[in-house]
Amino acid sequence: MSFPVLSIITFTPLVAALIILMLPAQRKNEARAVALAAAIFALILSAWVYFTYDQATAGYQFIEKYDWLPALGISLYFGVDGMSTPLVLLTGVVMFTGVLISWGDDDKHVMAGIQDRPREFFAFLFILAWGVFGVFVSLDLFMLFFFYEIAVFPMYLLIVIWGWAVTREYAAMKLTLYLFFGSVISLVGVLAMYFVQFQNTGVLSFDMLQMESANFSETFQNIWYLPVFLGFAVLGGIWPFHNWSPDGHVAAPTAVSMFHAGVLMKLGAFAALRVGIMLLPDGAKYWQWLIMFFAGVAVVYGAYIAFVQTDFKYMVGFSSVSHMGLVMLGFSTLNREGLLGSGMQMFSHGVMTALFFAVVGMIYDRAHTRQIPELGGMNKVMPFAAVGFIIGGLVSMGMPLFSGFVAEFPIFMGVWKEQWLVAVITSISIVITAAYILLNVRKVFFGKMPEKFEGHITDITVLDKVAITTLCLFMVLIGLYPSFMVPMVESGVENILRLLGGF
Amino acid sequence: MFTSTLFASILPEILILLVGMILLIVEPFWKEDQRRNAGWLTAGGLLVAMVISLLFGQPGEPTATLGGMIRFDWLGFFFKQLFMFAGAATALLMMDSEKLGQRGEAYLLLLASLLGMDLMAVSSDLIMLFLAIETTSIPLYVLAGFLLADDRSTEAGFKYLLFGILTTTIMLYGFSLVFGFAGTTDLYQLADMLKTGDLSPSSALGVLALILVGIGFKVSIVPFHFWAPDVYEGSPTPIAGFLSTASKAAGFAVLVRLFFVSFPNFAPSWTIALAILAAITMTVGNLLTLPQTNIKRLLAYSSVAHAGYAMIGVVALTQLGAASVIFYLAAYIATNLLAFGIAVAFSRVTGLDDVRDYAGMSRRNPILALMMLSAFLSLTGMPPFGGFVAKVVVFAAGVQAGYTWLVVIGIINSVIGVYYYLNVMKYVYLYRMPNEDEENHPVPLTRPYAIALVVLTIGVILIGTVFAPWFNWSEAAALNLF
Repeated sequence: MSFPVLSIITFTPLVAALIILMLPAQRKNEARAVALAAAIFALILSAWVYFTYDQATAGYQFIEKYDWLPALGISLYFGVDGMSTPLVLLTGVVMFTGVLISWGDDDKHVMAGIQDRPREFFAFLFILAWGVFGVFVSLDLFMLFFFYEIAVFPMYLLIVIWGWAVTREYAAMKLTLYLFFGSVISLVGVLAMYFVQFQNTGVLSFDMLQMESANFSETFQNIWYLPVFLGFAVLGGIWPFHNWSPDGHVAAPTAVSMFHAGVLMKLGAFAALRVGIMLLPDGAKYWQWLIMFFAGVAVVYGAYIAFVQTDFKYMVGFSSVSHMGLVMLGFSTLNREGLLGSGMQMFSHGVMTALFFAVVGMIYDRAHTRQIPELGGMNKVMPFAAVGFIIGGLVSMGMPLFSGFVAEFPIFMGVWKEQWLVAVITSISIVITAAYILLNVRKVFFGKMPEKFEGHITDITVLDKVAITTLCLFMVLIGLYPSFMVPMVESGVENILRLLGGF
Repeated sequence: MFTSTLFASILPEILILLVGMILLIVEPFWKEDQRRNAGWLTAGGLLVAMVISLLFGQPGEPTATLGGMIRFDWLGFFFKQLFMFAGAATALLMMDSEKLGQRGEAYLLLLASLLGMDLMAVSSDLIMLFLAIETTSIPLYVLAGFLLADDRSTEAGFKYLLFGILTTTIMLYGFSLVFGFAGTTDLYQLADMLKTGDLSPSSALGVLALILVGIGFKVSIVPFHFWAPDVYEGSPTPIAGFLSTASKAAGFAVLVRLFFVSFPNFAPSWTIALAILAAITMTVGNLLTLPQTNIKRLLAYSSVAHAGYAMIGVVALTQLGAASVIFYLAAYIATNLLAFGIAVAFSRVTGLDDVRDYAGMSRRNPILALMMLSAFLSLTGMPPFGGFVAKVVVFAAGVQAGYTWLVVIGIINSVIGVYYYLNVMKYVYLYRMPNEDEENHPVPLTRPYAIALVVLTIGVILIGTVFAPWFNWSEAAALNLF
C-alpha cells in the first residue's frame, strides 16, 4: 500500500482540533497558529493529490481500505475520482482561507475575526472540516454517513456561539433540524439499499463500488431515489428545502459562511450525486423531470430573491441558492455536458461564494451594517476587497475568461439537449444575476461613501488579502485555462455515464 | 455438583458479594470524614471483579447451572460486565454527593442491587427471575428515598416503591399463570412446549401482556413510565443516573431473553403490539421532554424515548435486532451515565439542576462543557459518539425486519431530540451568567468525578469510533438467543 495520503488529509483537521483543545484557553495565538499550520498542511496535501491524480487512467485512485466492522461490511474505504478530487482541493483552499479570515487581531476598532474563545472556534471548525474531507473521500456508505453527520453538528455550535446575535439562535436551530432531518431520511434509504443488496447478491457490505452492481429493481429505485436524493440535496440547498440556507449563511460568522456555502453545500450535492444518481440510476431517470423542475425553480427564484435583498449577506446567501440550483440542474440532465458543468460549478461556486462571504464579512466588521442602501464608496478604503468582489461577481455572472463561464455554459448546453424550454427559462437567471451583482457593486464599492464612515473604515489586513488572492487565483486560472480542471471532472463524468448506461 | 462451570457462572455475583462484605467489615472502623472512601472501595472492587470475571469467568457453550436456574452464556456475561461498569461509575459519582457519599450503607445497597441485576441477566427460570428483580428493586427503593431530610427524595422513594410493587405483582401473577398453563417455570422448557403447541396462543399472549407490565415498568416504556420523571428528579442524582441506565438495561436483558427465547413463535402478534408501544414510547417520551426545564426531568423523559428506540431492535426479532439492542444499551449506559454524571458534578458546586443554571458553563469549566457536549450529542445520535452507531444499527435492524414505518417514526423523533438536546447546549455555550463574571464561578471537579467523567467520555467516543469490538461482543451475546 502506498502513502495513505487521503486518510492523512482527512484526519489532519481532527488531530489539529484535538491539539487546539488541549491548549490553555488564554493562548489564543497558539490556537490560531496550530490551525493555520494544519490548514496549510492539508492544503498542500490536497494540492498534491490533485496534481498527482492520473487523469489518463481515471477511476478511483489513492485507494485505502481498512476493515472497520467486518460483521456488517463497514470499512474505512477511501479513494477519489475525477468528481471528488477538485472538491478535496476546494476544501483545502476554503479551510486555509477560512483560517486566515478568522485570525482576528486585538485592534479594538475592527471586530474582525474571532476573538471570543478562538480555541473552541477553531476546534469546532476543524471537526467540521474533518467531516467534509471524510465525505469527499469515502467510498463506504456507512462512513460517508458518519462523516456527513459530523459535518452537520458543529455548524450549530459555530453559528449559535459566534454568529450574528440577532438571528443566530433561530437560524442555527433551523439549519440543524433541516439538515438532520434530510440526512436521516436518506439514511433509511441507504439502509434499504444495504439490505436489498444483501437479498440480491448475498453481499452484506456498505462498499459503494460494490453497490453499483447490486441490481436494484426498477420499482425499488423509483421508490427510494427521491428520499435519498432529496434528503442529501437539502444540504445542497435545493428548492423547496432551501429555506435554512440563507438564514444560516447570514447568521454564521464569516469563516463559517465561507465553509458553509463554499464546501458544505457541495457536500449535499456531492452525496446526492454519489448515492442518489450513481447508485440508483434508474430512479434518477424516472424522477429526472421533478429534479429538473426543483432545480430550475431554485435557479430563477433564488436569483430573483437575491435581486430584491437589501441585506448584503442575504443577497449572497440567495445567490448561493441560485448557483447551487445550477449544480442540481446539471445533475438532472444526466448527460455529459450537464454533469461536467455541475462538477465545474461545484468548484467554481465554492471558491466564488467563499470570496463573496469573505468580502461581505470584511465590510460588516468595519461598517457594522450590511444594509446595501447604507453602504457606499468602499473602493476607496479597501480597493483590494473591491477588486476581489468584482472578480467574484464576474464569475457569478458567468463571464467568459472566468471559471463561472466554464461551469455554467456546459450546464445550459446539457439542459438544452434534454429540454430546451427549461434552458431558455433558467437562462433568465443569468440576466438577473448580472443585474444584482452590478447594481450592488456600484452601490457598495463605488458611489459616495456615507459621511459616518469617513475615517472610521480601514483597509483589510494582509491576511485577508492573502485569502482573497488565493481564491481569485483559482477563478481566473480555470477561466483562462480550463484544462486545469475540465479533463479531471470529465474523467469522473465518464464513470457516472457508464452507470447511467450510456445515456 | 460444585463444578468449575458453576463457579464461573456466578463468579461476578460472588465477587460483588465479597466486595460488599469487605465494605461491611471495614466501614465501621473509618472515621466520619473517611467514609466516602467506601466509594473508592466499591468502584475498585467492581473493576477487579470485572477483570477477574473476564479472565476466569468467560462462558463457553451456553449451559444451565444451579439446577436450571441460571443460564451461563455470553448474553448474561456481557450484560453483567455492563452493569458492573455502570455500578463502578455510579459509586464514583456518589462519593461527593451530599448526605449520600459519606454513608457506607448507600454503597452496600448499590452492590446489593447490582447483584440482583446480574442475576436478572442470567436467570432462566421464572422463580429465579422474580427473586432477581426483587433483589434489584428493593435496594433501589431505599436509595431513591435515601435523603430523608428532603421531601422530594422521600416522595421519590415511596412512589418508586408503590409503582414497583404494583407492577411486579401483576408480573408475578403472569408468572403464576405460566406455571399453571405449562407446568414449568423454566424458560427453555417453556419454549419447547410452546413450539410443540401444548399451550394455546391466546392464553400465552394474555400471560405475556401481564409480564410485560412488570418489565415495562423496569424499562419505563409508555404507559408504565409515569414514575420515571418524579423519581429521577427526587432521588439523589447519581442514583437517578443508575436507575436510568443499569436498571433499564437489566429490564431489557430480561425482555430480550424472555421474548426471544420463549415466545418467538407467537411473533407476529406480540411484535406488532410491541412495535406500537415502541412508537408511542418514543413519541410521548420526546414530546414530554420538550417543555422540561429541569435537567434531571429532561433526562428522565428522554430516557423514556431511548427505551422506545431500543425497542425497535426487540421488535425486529432478528439476530441483528438483538445485537442492536445490546449495542444500543452499551452506548446508552455510557452516554446517560455521563450526562447524569455532569449533572451530579455541576450541582455539587452550584446546588442547581435547572437547565437555565447551566448558562455560561463553557466559560466556567470548558472541559466539563466539552464532556457535556459529547454526552448530549451522543444522546442526539451524532457521530463520532456512541449514540450515532447505536441508532444506525437499531434502525438498520428495523428496516431489515420490514418495520420501515417504525424506523421513520424513530427518525422523526430523533429530529425532535436534536431540538431539546441542542437547546441545552445553547445554555452551556451561548448564554452567560447574569453578571457575565464566569471566571469568578468556576466549577471544579473532585478527583472521583474527574476520573468517572473522563472514563465515560472516552467510552462514549470509543463506542462511536472503534465500534467493531463492541458490536462483535453484542453479536456474540445475541447469538445465544437463537
